[in-house]
Amino acid sequence: MRYAMAIDTKKCVGCGDCVVACQTENNVPHGYCRDWIVENVSGSYPSVQIELRSERCNHCDNAPCVRCCPTGASHIVEGGIVLVTHDECIGCGACIESCPYDARYPHPEGYVDKCTFCKHRVDKGQNPACVDVCPTHCLHFGDLDDPNSDVSKALKNRKWKVLAPEAGTEPQLYFLT
Amino acid sequence: MKEELFVSGRDIPNIDPYLHIWHWQIPLYLYLGGLAAGILFFATYYVIKGKEKQMQTTVKWATIIAPIALVIGLGALFWDLKHKLYFWQLYTTIRFTSPMSWGAWTLMLITPMSIVWVASYMKEMIPGWDWKFGFLNKFEVWIIKNRVPFAWIMMILAVILGVYTGILLSAFNARPLWNTSILGPLFLTSGLSTGLAAIMWMSKDEHERKTLNRIDLILILVELFLIIHLFMGFMAGSAVKTEAASLFLGGEFTVSFWVFVIILGLAFPATLEALELRGFHVPAWLPPFLILFGGLVFRFVMVEAGQITRFLY
Amino acid sequence: MTSRRQFIKISAAGVGAATIGINAASGFNLFGSKDETGPASDEDLTPYPTYCEVCFWKCAGWAYVDKKGNIRKIIGNKKDPHSNGRLCPRGTGGIGMYYDEDRLKTPLIRETDSEGNDYFREATWDEALTKVADKMKQIANKYGPEAFGLFNHGNPGGHLEHLMRAYGSETNAEPAFAQCRGPRSVAYYSTFGAYIGSPENTDIRDTRCLVLIGSHIGENMHNSQVQEMSQAIENKATIITVDPRLSTAAGKSTFWLPIKPATDIALLLAWIHVLIYENLYNKEFIDQYAFGFDLLKEHVKTMTPEWAYGITTIEPEMIRRTAREMAGAAPNVVIHPGRHAVWYGDDTQRERAMAILTALLGAWGKRGSLYFAEKISLPHYPQPEYPEPKWTWRDLNNGKYQLATMGITTELLKASIPENNPKHRVRAWLVAGTNLPLSMPDKQLFKKAADSVEFIAVMDTMPMEITGYADVVLPEATYLERYDFLRASQNRIPNVALRMPAVEPKYDSKPGWWISKKIGEKLGLDEYFNYNDYSEVIDWQLKQIGTSLEEMKKIGVKSFPRTEGPLYLADGEDFEFNTNSGKIELYSTDLADAGFDPIPVYKKHPEPPPNFYRLIYGRAPMHTFSRTSNNHNLWDLMNENNVWINPKIADIWELKSGDFVWLKNQDNAVTTFPVKVRVTERIRWDSVYMVHGFGHSDKKLSRAYGRGASDEEMITNVMIDPIMGGTGMRGNFVTFLKEDPRKEVKA
Ligand SMILES: Nc1nc2c(c(=O)[nH]1)N[C@H]1C(S)=C(S)[C@@H](COP(=O)(O)OP(=O)(O)OC[C@H]3O[C@@H](n4cnc5c(=O)[nH]c(N)nc54)[C@H](O)[C@@H]3O)O[C@H]1N2
Ligand SMILES: Nc1nc2c(c(=O)[nH]1)N[C@H]1C(S)=C(S)[C@@H](COP(=O)(O)OP(=O)(O)OC[C@H]3O[C@@H](n4cnc5c(=O)[nH]c(N)nc54)[C@H](O)[C@@H]3O)O[C@H]1N2
Ligand code: SF4
Ligand code: SF4
Ligand code: SF4
Ligand code: SF4
Ligand code: SF4
Ligand SMILES: [Mo]
Repeated sequence: MRYAMAIDTKKCVGCGDCVVACQTENNVPHGYCRDWIVENVSGSYPSVQIELRSERCNHCDNAPCVRCCPTGASHIVEGGIVLVTHDECIGCGACIESCPYDARYPHPEGYVDKCTFCKHRVDKGQNPACVDVCPTHCLHFGDLDDPNSDVSKALKNRKWKVLAPEAGTEPQLYFLT
Repeated sequence: MKEELFVSGRDIPNIDPYLHIWHWQIPLYLYLGGLAAGILFFATYYVIKGKEKQMQTTVKWATIIAPIALVIGLGALFWDLKHKLYFWQLYTTIRFTSPMSWGAWTLMLITPMSIVWVASYMKEMIPGWDWKFGFLNKFEVWIIKNRVPFAWIMMILAVILGVYTGILLSAFNARPLWNTSILGPLFLTSGLSTGLAAIMWMSKDEHERKTLNRIDLILILVELFLIIHLFMGFMAGSAVKTEAASLFLGGEFTVSFWVFVIILGLAFPATLEALELRGFHVPAWLPPFLILFGGLVFRFVMVEAGQITRFLY
Repeated sequence: MTSRRQFIKISAAGVGAATIGINAASGFNLFGSKDETGPASDEDLTPYPTYCEVCFWKCAGWAYVDKKGNIRKIIGNKKDPHSNGRLCPRGTGGIGMYYDEDRLKTPLIRETDSEGNDYFREATWDEALTKVADKMKQIANKYGPEAFGLFNHGNPGGHLEHLMRAYGSETNAEPAFAQCRGPRSVAYYSTFGAYIGSPENTDIRDTRCLVLIGSHIGENMHNSQVQEMSQAIENKATIITVDPRLSTAAGKSTFWLPIKPATDIALLLAWIHVLIYENLYNKEFIDQYAFGFDLLKEHVKTMTPEWAYGITTIEPEMIRRTAREMAGAAPNVVIHPGRHAVWYGDDTQRERAMAILTALLGAWGKRGSLYFAEKISLPHYPQPEYPEPKWTWRDLNNGKYQLATMGITTELLKASIPENNPKHRVRAWLVAGTNLPLSMPDKQLFKKAADSVEFIAVMDTMPMEITGYADVVLPEATYLERYDFLRASQNRIPNVALRMPAVEPKYDSKPGWWISKKIGEKLGLDEYFNYNDYSEVIDWQLKQIGTSLEEMKKIGVKSFPRTEGPLYLADGEDFEFNTNSGKIELYSTDLADAGFDPIPVYKKHPEPPPNFYRLIYGRAPMHTFSRTSNNHNLWDLMNENNVWINPKIADIWELKSGDFVWLKNQDNAVTTFPVKVRVTERIRWDSVYMVHGFGHSDKKLSRAYGRGASDEEMITNVMIDPIMGGTGMRGNFVTFLKEDPRKEVKA
């Protein structure tokens, strides 16, 4: 099993709903976020393109944040979800330094926090909160090993890219372009 | 025109707009670790070589600095932890993929050993010293008898510590400035050099100083050579690498790096040392002071600048 | 001139201390409630049905409450056609309205201290309501109840409207008309004999071609519309967007027409020209249903794409190509009628041109165009008839704006000012659910009017600017804490939605229905408030339509079968339009009768003088006007607005992204606060763009105060639509000040 997410940049309107939904679902403190929206504008008037991307932890296959964690607080569970055990984290910041996507943040309580792919929902067969709220249905989640999962279907007929592949982390967020 | 911006107002403290998770504590910790590693390396080296007598300061007096530096360094590391109460989790596991983990373990071993080392010389350094307790005196005797194997172990740990201070940063692929294989040897060399500088500062023995001086000069040249390579690597690298290098080539770290690290911290003391070897009179404190200062600035600059460099946005 | 009514910015010592006390306590509570970090399991939460009040789309959802009584999240109701189970960011963040520590916490009454400074004193509900009721009695006795005006918007205003009607006043106005949809209503009514309504009856999900003329869906976050646009993208529908700015929608469009602002009518007429003269229009549809085709044909004869090119800067080839695209997809085309339609004062005519284009494509009553919406009609709770007022909002228009269908806010303001010698003078106001100082154009008009009236009572949830003008402030409970009207909006299928309290009102706030009832009782209008709790009214109404409060508490939304026929018009079906001619009026007899152009004519608008740029404005997806700027959840997403400037202009002014500037307009009005520059290719060089709703000046809004600048301050030139009184707000030109203009004066 390999959980992954596909983000349709052609549909995303950059509304930030996925960010607020994550905030309320996961009790993310004000001023912090587990997901965020990037707008990339290229070209020059009047020939201009916009790419909108909803980003979060890539749940990398080759996760440097897990490798560099001195306590094992950062770890990978079934389905490739990268998690942090709060009570094992010493807040050394090594994992934050190691993430090319700046996907982690120091929770005000001291431990490091990040996107969990909403494991608590996924375990119950639900989609992550951000996926379920997105008004444009541009987030697709599921198991890459299952050809009928949302994410597999989304990736089948579309061109996609990953971010910063050169960092070698084998990220599992696929951006449909 | 190209624009890339967060439209969901990301503004996480210490992460946006620039990563600044590690503050002054980490460079200080790396610096003190390197310094201690340098001192302990040379102390153990001369004991193993049997040159204890010729290198009195190196072997005995200067080593006092090592445990102090290590304790302060560990203190700084602890200070920077955001979830302090869980500190002990570090010692529930060893993670070989995590430099932070084996660094912590190395420190755990080398710090007490360096204290024992210093203690074992107390009687030689301070005549009339007595450990009061019988078992301590017995332990001391045992250590002194096994001084050479003890030195071997500590030398290996010192090397690990020195390498660790460099590897810690270069292990982070995510920061283009750090992600280079040259950083490890460079920090190791720099650590050895600062260690030497500290010893030289303390040493009153002309012969000892000359010996150390010569080694240090070589180390500095090696360092300069590595730095040139570092930059050549950056310039030949991808856009993110050239961008990283540009922080030092006109960017905001240009002055601190070229003036304080390269000129005042390396080139100038090297020249002074060369002059000294030729017999010119140079104030004894000056080259070590500059080297120690340059080494400190170097680590601050690398940690700060490295956090700014990135792949995205 | 010293004003009678000082705008109260900071609370006086007494209130301040008490407020701080409450603040600290609530802050502590809030912190306490957040102590369990991480997610709560849905099984441990209780969902309460509600529908959202963060904007007027009214999406139904569930407020999830944990065992400690904290609202944890709000999730869309899957059975709701407004949300389809997914709220927009503002709805999801609606939770922040409830938790806002700056909320109005207790009734306040204006007092004056010994030094003549006004301040608010905390009052009991009885004191505050008595004060309002006494004033209402006094006004009724002296001038008649008609002289008591009501500004309202959204649900809460509705309860006050009921109170006012019972009291004898129909002198009410909402920004929803003259600042928003008015021109569209009038234009589509005069063309098709039908309104567009809300949610708009646009069949976007099944369209083959979506045409957005200044509608920035995706930033304008009206929920199901955004969802349907996404479906249209998925279906590879052609999207044509006309906007001087590369809106988010434009960024997703097949064609972006970066039109010169204020010239849309020329583009529309050229499109009409192409459709007619290239024989691309739907001939059968027009022959069967339309009136005035020949007149239209003659009218647009010379309005070629080449003609329009000189006006709009859109290449003739592009105009032809897009017209052909529409024709190719017809009748499955949505010419989006827009919503905030008051731009340049000729807005009814622009909307008319859009309606005519729609008709030519046969894109009305067809799949993928505009469908026939239907809503459930809720029976009125048994109450006596309202008394007949001697005059109403209509009489304030002095015979103008014959076609207006609702009160015109600005006319109500004008009628409050004695210098205007109004025939009917408005003496006092109730205000609810509208932040007039930020939503009315022409600040001076508002200020003067507010200064002139004897009394203002404001019912709001937040210490918004409008409350600073109040004599009595009535803190309403948020939508998450109250029963309210049932939602019975139009849609593809008729449906009803329930809003019930998920939690008890925080602080000393009360539901709007309760406030209205209490005032009513003090006025002796008990028979209009013949219930103890509003849930009784709801339950009664629900039972009349075959459900009950009990059932609705479990499901939140209930759909009913259509009774007014199918969603679409069958091919060739006989159909009588509700117009004078019984047909689609390409030539409007209504407009002709009232002395206006029966077919739209393009008229040139002034252009920005040198070094000035046209100020255009719009929405950010995560905010609603001025009401959400202090909402912590949404503030996290966006805490200020920017002014968008084309790089070429930025170069001239030597401005970079992130620099701060003050804006000054053609009438020398200057923004109170500086605003950050965003240099971007996404906008023309003759215009600058801002998101509306920022630049709050009330310090009690601890987060929003001084963040960004208010577009409203730059709107001093208002172009009134002579047909319906709409306030065109985009005829203002701004320039940049790099230094604080107020500092210079002091020096
Ligand atoms: N400059 C400029 N002016 C504009 C526009 C623009 O784009 N630019 N847009 C125009 C348009 S399209 C519209 S529709 C209008 C909107 O104009 P308004 O309806 O005035 O919009 P808001 O600024 O959101 O003000 C809403 C007020 O209602 C309060 N409120 C929110 N919820 C509740 C509640 O549950 N109960 C009570 N009692 N009060 C509540 C808020 O605190 C706030 O004070 O503005 C128009 N004016
Ligand atoms: N997130 C969010 N969504 C909302 C609201 C909100 O407050 N927040 N408010 C709701 C309400 S009440 C309304 S009325 C709607 C309003 O939303 P819409 O009716 O969609 O939009 P407008 O405000 O009329 O138009 C804004 C767009 O018009 C463009 N524009 C400016 N001048 C011109 C011009 O001369 N010609 C053309 N073709 N385009 C021009 C601007 O660049 C901008 O993209 O939004 C609704 N949706
Ligand atoms: S909710 Fe969906 S459309 Fe909105 S920003 Fe997130 S991914 Fe994009
Ligand atoms: S995105 Fe960052 S935090 Fe997430 S798995 Fe990859 S490296 Fe780790
Ligand atoms: S901050 Fe916590 S999770 Fe991250 S590396 Fe350190 S111990 Fe591991
Ligand atoms: S998957 Fe869950 S935790 Fe991750 S960003 Fe989405 S909502 Fe947040
Ligand atoms: S569109 Fe958004 S803000 Fe408006 S009612 Fe629906 S969820 Fe609420
Ligand atoms: Mo509106």
